[in-house]
Amino acid sequence: MATKMSPAMRRYIRRLTVCMSIYVGLILAVGWLFRHAPPAGPLALGAAVLPALPILGTFWTIFRLLEEETDEYIRYMLVRQSLFATAFCLSVMTVWEFLQNYDVVPSGNGGFGAAFFWFVGLGIGGMWNAWAARRDCAPEDDDLEEAE
Amino acid sequence: MNNRLRVLRAEHGWSQQDLADRLGVSRQSVNAIEKGRYDPSLPLAFTIADVFGLPIEAIFLREESPE
Repeated sequence: MATKMSPAMRRYIRRLTVCMSIYVGLILAVGWLFRHAPPAGPLALGAAVLPALPILGTFWTIFRLLEEETDEYIRYMLVRQSLFATAFCLSVMTVWEFLQNYDVVPSGNGGFGAAFFWFVGLGIGGMWNAWAARRDCAPEDDDLEEAE
Repeated sequence: MNNRLRVLRAEHGWSQQDLADRLGVSRQSVNAIEKGRYDPSLPLAFTIADVFGLPIEAIFLREESPE
């Protein structure tokens, strides 16, 4: 990521904060609802889907960031980060499914869905980008005396 | 693709941040282009050429071209 935060990145952080705040509120509220007054029928369906909506909103904020970031190198790094997240998520899910197919592990995912592993991959990709940013902005690289 | 960005920047007495500000990109981008880790798009290459007042081919060189 850039050392100075771009306007697109600031908007991303703001949107992400809003989505995550709504998610935390909904996951607590819906959890309480299903424990104390479990809804039925279409209401149960609607209530169960509610916490997923801010997660979808998070995907939207990421795609908005890719759309709005004007620095093409930073955009390239973000695309690479997203592709790494996708590859990481698909790899974990593929291996897990084969383990389930041969009954090596129990069925179910313990509550950790594809989105969870995608975000883990995004985090790992983000650490990779942060390392690249430190490398790219090392003070010695800006030493004019070294230039021929 | 090789480039003469670092040399041209030094000739103008600009830091990477100075050049980044003129191009409207991050210092990280300038560093990545200088080091050859990233080849800029054609629009950015034209902007770089405009900033230095040179044709693109005087800044960006093919791998096999002697600098």
